[in-house]
Amino acid sequence: MADVALPSTRLPPSLSAALRRFGRSDVRFRWLTLAAAWLVLLIFIGIIVSLWQGAWPAFRTFGFGFFTGTVWNPVTEKFGAFPAIYGTLVTSALAMAIAVPVGIGIAIFLTELCPRPLRRPVGIAIELLAGIPSIIYGIWGLFVFAPFFQQFVEPWLIDVFGNVPVLSTLFAGPPYGIGIFTASLILSIMVLPFISAVTRDVFETVPAMLKEAAYGLGCTTWEVMWSVVLPFARSGVVGGAMLALGRALGETMAVTFVIGNAHHIPTSLFSPGTTISATIANEFTEALGDLYVSSLVAIGMILFLITFIVLAVAQLMLRSLEARSGGRSQ
Amino acid sequence: MKPMFHRLLGLAAGTAIACAASGAMAADITGAGATFPALIYQKWAEAYKAKTGTGLNYQPIGSGGGIAQIKAKTVDFGASDKPLAPGELDAAGLTQFPTVIGAVVPVVNLPGIKAGEMTLDGKTLANICLGKIAYWDDAAIKHLNPSVNLPHTAIANVHRSDGSGTNFIFTNYLSKMSPEWSTQVGAATSVEWPNGIGGKGNEGVANMVKQTGGALGYVEFAYAKQNNIAWIHMINKDGVAASPSIEAVQAASAKTDWAHSDHFYVILTDQSGHDAWPISGATFILVYKHPQDPARLKDVLKFFSWDYENGGQMAKDLTYVPLPASTVEAIKKSWHDNIDAAAVP
Repeated sequence: MADVALPSTRLPPSLSAALRRFGRSDVRFRWLTLAAAWLVLLIFIGIIVSLWQGAWPAFRTFGFGFFTGTVWNPVTEKFGAFPAIYGTLVTSALAMAIAVPVGIGIAIFLTELCPRPLRRPVGIAIELLAGIPSIIYGIWGLFVFAPFFQQFVEPWLIDVFGNVPVLSTLFAGPPYGIGIFTASLILSIMVLPFISAVTRDVFETVPAMLKEAAYGLGCTTWEVMWSVVLPFARSGVVGGAMLALGRALGETMAVTFVIGNAHHIPTSLFSPGTTISATIANEFTEALGDLYVSSLVAIGMILFLITFIVLAVAQLMLRSLEARSGGRSQ
Repeated sequence: MKPMFHRLLGLAAGTAIACAASGAMAADITGAGATFPALIYQKWAEAYKAKTGTGLNYQPIGSGGGIAQIKAKTVDFGASDKPLAPGELDAAGLTQFPTVIGAVVPVVNLPGIKAGEMTLDGKTLANICLGKIAYWDDAAIKHLNPSVNLPHTAIANVHRSDGSGTNFIFTNYLSKMSPEWSTQVGAATSVEWPNGIGGKGNEGVANMVKQTGGALGYVEFAYAKQNNIAWIHMINKDGVAASPSIEAVQAASAKTDWAHSDHFYVILTDQSGHDAWPISGATFILVYKHPQDPARLKDVLKFFSWDYENGGQMAKDLTYVPLPASTVEAIKKSWHDNIDAAAVP
């Protein structure tokens, strides 16, 4: 076996030259893609460094109080980011609370229950929602949504929950039509297509055999979705939700139009508040003075950190989900 | 003849490179800053280019941006809605002068009340904005409007959420009228509002006011005029209930002693004058006193000097208020006094 004579290990010169050429182009391709990957890292580092540089005067002046301070006063140059951080987290959380169930519901309907001829039109309509620029959502929210809410929805909610202990404080105050509640609803509409599109795609990867087996055992559609499809597609659903959360946290223009832009901790869902990105969009152009600009950069950096933490948590969640489902299958 | 030709050739080559690099005409003057006067600057620039061939590339990036850009010397002039304090100007080697005047008009939404049917004074307006006067049938408001049937409706304050010259003029006026406002809130392009909601831009404020019963907001004069919102009269320094008009805003500038002001650091709120509209303010241009390239600054000053002489009607058409002749004279004198002679037209 060992002495089988290979027919000459030397290749004809033309062939070896071609191979060398291919090898070189492979190396070049490798370097090209490596450079592209590094470029992302470099940009990332560049953004962090410049954010830190810009934010440093604010952090140095206010220290940790910048995170907890509730005063945002450009005249006396006292800045605290808490109302903006709070508004960002609350509006995003509310938006997700509305959009995740609805988005998953849409995906279930589209993959399991929707009559075939309706599937494409409904699917395309949802994807189109994702393509609408946020400024359009903002203008629509301000001119159509807010007046409707102010005249009909908010007074009704205030009436209905007026005597319920906890809910009466949540749904209190003059119905301005804009505020935390409207901003969250607009946000939920904006992120809905991300959740439903990703979830639908993941649901479609669930093997038909699994579902058919479940149906064969006599499961209802609900049981199939809850016990077979959702567990199988869990990580994809979480991924889609995180993508949506990322967008909700950073959304600027639509929120700016409908949140009311008040640097106060909102006491009820109808009171005006602000978010980090809305504050920056509102105030950056006319911000005068180093400390003011620096504080705006600093809240930008905080938003960056929040997004980073959200993504990290999502990764951890995905990993533990995978570990758990792996453990069960053994 | 020949060296001249060579120089021209060199210039042409340089221009070509500059054109390729920036996409703009090398002869164009550049400016950046305040958004409020952007419309009139662009209008003037169009007319001026048709006349002289010199264009203007004005970027309305906001006053803060304009100040930063002129300090970084990336533009020929900066534009700001808020005048810089003389000390800050001196430190940067800059000087400033006003171009057009803007006015801010309080607007209300009360059942049955149309434009010009109500009157307020500065003190009352400040107390409303501070939240000390909470209802429309408050004695202070009733006293000023004896013939108006005021409902017992809560006042909803609406303010501009984006930093703007409008905010600065309005809060500056309130600061002059109420020591309490001055110490608690102050005057700036953005302030910490004691209450109320913020709308983005004139549209945002106007829309919020229209939608909210009992709302009180404030918008740019031009915006109120074009959209027929229920503006209110303001009692001015002379005790007259002034109404917002081009003449009334000009009156606010007419008696101002611009010539003796320090770098035109004057905010035209609460000025005397029989019909003077009390909530007015000019917008400003920032240039270097000792420019690196006097020829370019000369182009800038020529442009504005042409605007002062020929641009009044254009400004009025766009409901900006042109400066009175006496103010223009003071500006031209200040150019001679402050800027290198080589740059003054």
